[in-house]
Amino acid sequence: MYTPFELEMPRSLADALDALGSGRDAAATPLAGGTNLIVDLRAKRERPDRIVGLGEVAELKGMEFGEDRISIGGATTVSDLLHSAGIAEAAPSLAESARLFAGLMVRNTATVAGNIACGSPAADLVPPLLSLDADVTLTSAAATRTVPLDEYFLGYRRDVRRPDELITRISWPRLPVRSVNTFYKLARRKGDAITVTGVAVTIVAAGGICTRARIALGAVAPVVLRAKEAERGLEGRALTPAAIDEAAAAAARAASPIDDLRASAEYRLHTVEALVRRLVSQARERLA
Amino acid sequence: MSNDRTIALRVNGRDERATVPAHRTLLEALREIGHREVKSGCEKGDCGACAVLLDGMAVDSCLTLAWTAEGKEVTTVLGLGDLDALHPVQEAFSEGGAAQCGYCTPGIIIASKAILDENPDPSEDDIRVGLSGNLCRCTGYTKVFEAVREAAATLRRAESGR
Repeated sequence: MYTPFELEMPRSLADALDALGSGRDAAATPLAGGTNLIVDLRAKRERPDRIVGLGEVAELKGMEFGEDRISIGGATTVSDLLHSAGIAEAAPSLAESARLFAGLMVRNTATVAGNIACGSPAADLVPPLLSLDADVTLTSAAATRTVPLDEYFLGYRRDVRRPDELITRISWPRLPVRSVNTFYKLARRKGDAITVTGVAVTIVAAGGICTRARIALGAVAPVVLRAKEAERGLEGRALTPAAIDEAAAAAARAASPIDDLRASAEYRLHTVEALVRRLVSQARERLA
Repeated sequence: MSNDRTIALRVNGRDERATVPAHRTLLEALREIGHREVKSGCEKGDCGACAVLLDGMAVDSCLTLAWTAEGKEVTTVLGLGDLDALHPVQEAFSEGGAAQCGYCTPGIIIASKAILDENPDPSEDDIRVGLSGNLCRCTGYTKVFEAVREAAATLRRAESGR
């Protein structure tokens, strides 16, 4: 039905990195859960000569819940996130995003690394991970490097991953006890829908003062991004209604949405402001 | 480029073979070897008509390359039970009229089986979240949700009666 390709199925990370590495004629495309790639192959948006399937690579799986950091393998599936008590406790925004992600069969196969690597502005796991200050570990046959997720995306569907690299792990620091971390997905319906506006928020407070704010926006710009002016406006201040209104307005200024079949740009700007106000206000109530 | 390979598939407990190129999906391979009970819908992971269990986990067979299913246990709706011995989920859908044209039903029954395997007593929300990847465009979902609850009750009775 679509353009033929060669398919390799390495059984270890070393073999997978070798298959992706240089010294071969054509760059290979990694296949994780396939829930985006297979669709793109069928639509002929992707025409790779070689595909490296990662399903048998055990090193890419597994979650570690350390005292200070949480680290998950790139091949962690959305269902793995949803069924993990550790994730529910340490990353509530990510758990909520997993619950609302596509449908059961897609959740069972779609991976965290794949959701990041596709570079879609509507990738639903990315706003929560940005709100958690996540780092991405990129590994090639030659080297390993760690990049803040905040610096991972270069533009619409463009990222810093080289063709010979895989996203092997995603990690983030544990949240302080006095914190709230939430995600809201606005879409035409709750299940099996592409996001219109996604907002993830982390608020850390001490003595009535916001000490850390993270506000990440999905589906309202060429990339998922943090509303940093809005974050800075909250940090060091009491979470008053006026401060929250200012942050909501600043978040809308960070967005540069488009009109598409799901919503207008105008509606997206309105909902960024409304959702940031709502999530930060809820955080304030929960921290009071 | 022709890269056909004969792969061994285990479907509904029986060994079967399919000779397919690397770009053939599991959905296409299954239908080629006669498993027409697996339905082709959107072919992009939205509708769930093509759902099968792969080592017990529900997947969209349209998003699975056939080669990657080699050595795994594939269960289609016919692997759960047949007309002489329906699985409780099939029985509940049949008795409850939870189908109209029936095209989406094989996938919905597979997803329902997966939901109940994981959680024998799902809440309304668990059922809805669990079936969010299965679209039905004619009968609606009310009777589907009722059938899943009915099947859950039957399975729990069978379990406690042991």
